[in-house]
Amino acid sequence: MNRMKLSLGVAVSLATAALIWGGGAQAQQKKLTVGVVLPLSGTYADQGRHYEDGMKLYQKLHGNTAAGVPVEMVVRDDQGPGSGDLARRLTQELIVRNGADVILGYSFTPTAMSVATLLNEAKKPAILVNATGAAVLPRSEYFVRVSITAAQFAEPLARWALKNNIKTVYTLVADFAPGIEMEGAFKKVFEGGGGKIVGGARTPVSAMEYSPFLQRAIEAKPEAIFAFNPGGDVSVAFMKQAKERNLAKAGIKLIVSGDVVDESMLAAMGDAVDGVVSSLNYQPDLKNPANEKFLKGFHDMMGANAVPSARTVQGYDGMALIYQALEKTGGKTDADSLLAALKEAKVDSPRGPISIDPKTRDIVQNMYIRRGVQKDGKWVNATEETFENIKGTAN
Amino acid sequence: MAGIVSVIVDGIAYGMLLFLFSIGLSVTLGLMRFINLAHGAFAMFGGYVAVTLMNGYGVPFLLLLPVAFLATGLFGAVAEKLVIRHVYPMPELQQVLFSIGLAFAAGAVANIIFGPQQQPMLLPGWLSQRISVLGLDITGYRIFLIGAGLVAAAALIALFNYTLYGARVRAAVDSRRTAEGMGINVSLLFSLTFGLGAAFAGLGGALAVGFLGLDPTFPLKYLVIVLMVVAIGGPGSIAGSFAAAIFIGVIDALFKYFVPEIGGFVIYAVLVVMMVFFPKGLAGGRTA
Repeated sequence: MNRMKLSLGVAVSLATAALIWGGGAQAQQKKLTVGVVLPLSGTYADQGRHYEDGMKLYQKLHGNTAAGVPVEMVVRDDQGPGSGDLARRLTQELIVRNGADVILGYSFTPTAMSVATLLNEAKKPAILVNATGAAVLPRSEYFVRVSITAAQFAEPLARWALKNNIKTVYTLVADFAPGIEMEGAFKKVFEGGGGKIVGGARTPVSAMEYSPFLQRAIEAKPEAIFAFNPGGDVSVAFMKQAKERNLAKAGIKLIVSGDVVDESMLAAMGDAVDGVVSSLNYQPDLKNPANEKFLKGFHDMMGANAVPSARTVQGYDGMALIYQALEKTGGKTDADSLLAALKEAKVDSPRGPISIDPKTRDIVQNMYIRRGVQKDGKWVNATEETFENIKGTAN
Repeated sequence: MAGIVSVIVDGIAYGMLLFLFSIGLSVTLGLMRFINLAHGAFAMFGGYVAVTLMNGYGVPFLLLLPVAFLATGLFGAVAEKLVIRHVYPMPELQQVLFSIGLAFAAGAVANIIFGPQQQPMLLPGWLSQRISVLGLDITGYRIFLIGAGLVAAAALIALFNYTLYGARVRAAVDSRRTAEGMGINVSLLFSLTFGLGAAFAGLGGALAVGFLGLDPTFPLKYLVIVLMVVAIGGPGSIAGSFAAAIFIGVIDALFKYFVPEIGGFVIYAVLVVMMVFFPKGLAGGRTA
């Protein structure tokens, strides 16, 4: 008898629990799922982490709901460039199986290209956390870019050079799409402003020995060399060899896109960054309320000595765009409403005010000219000048 | 004119680095007939030893090099004793698969221990300065690389051609059974030789950090160019590898200088031509 009572009691409490749980689940049914596709293993794992940290940080600082709708991240690893098929499959799974309402991710241009037709079919918006190539956005009207483009790197540098009375420039860019876009964008603005490109070379993407290219550049006697290469060890080697060749002594300034002298590589470059001028869309030393909040949260999350990168901010802003879109649609999560809201986004980002150009779906943001200097025994890129509202794609 | 000469000198220095990288592979491939595609992993090991000692313990640069050399050599000898000797009797394809797997594994382990980022290595002032030699401006480090390469080449040629150890190695390679019958401890000899090859890779790795940087993709990144040096030089020939490395360094530099449009690809064309007309490499199959 006793035993029967007991089992009855258990059954009742189980049923009650199920009822409560089920009811809870029903109330939570409305949510926004963000499918995140990033390189989280292999050579480019480092940059993937930066974006992911930024997204997580945004949710930590702003809560997990926007307009009363819970926002949930589902993260997948696309293993870096050259894995377009994998990125495409992961995206499809995120949409079909995980019910993703919006995709946030894609570090590399080819990866983004490979999912374009899929997004067109699935009719889901995707925010590009990087994928800087000019050719990406026209591929799908569901793409919105929150990162940066080659033109954005190059335009302020060309304007800076003109402003500082540099008349002749030699270009030295890596021989692949971003390098060629960079070369074209620089040339357009620089020659448009009366400057002259006195020569140039395109270097193999993974070249490690730059000495002959640099020697030839020096012999062309330009007032400055504009250089771009794909970061990592390649850029470390390039910068060290530029230092070896002593451009300053030959009276030649070195100007590079900001990712060549990425913060994470400055320690490896050492005094090679001395006086090198570069452009980037984010600087940790920026003074604005959004950046103060971001930095405080970042240091709480990653430790006091960690330094955020532009990539961290791009991940952070990607999430900010989604939150703002949800607020605007009043919690509606359908693709059309979300995309319409994303296209008009205006956010006070840690990198200053950013907005999306509704025509091109590309980002408009401030670009910062920095110079390599030594501060407290460490080499840093110090902000020198701001160029406001630079467009990612001209329209 | 001074421009061309300085480009050539820089090319020679780059070639010396390639020589130090590849000499260990030439030894294991040519003398021991073991296809060690994990050779770059030993270079990476030496690089990480150097970086850790310099940044963590402030060990001076000149002391780093012998330490990286010995540590990698020891690591190589132990790896040979524990794992690699079991692969010697396998067919070539299995050796290739095994050693390329080892290279990937080494990169993954380095990623776990040191993280995916570039390792900083700041050279002492006297090495990063430019020095004027006969009116030419050359970086101290490149001169140092040339010196290190010459010393290594001379030492190895002497070791394999004029010492009892070298004679034993050559004997063991030609006929292991006979060598063992004469009382030569071939298994110990191979451990030593493998360790020696690894040690030179470690030295090359330590020297490369200041020039090429260091991250976990290192073992695979330089594999192609190292194999090119060995293939063009002729496996097992130290003088051949030396000549091939300098040749590649200088050709690469000259074409990048004169015809930058195609400069980066010329050395691969050279490789194809060499393999068609001299399939055994510059040394023509002779050992040491």
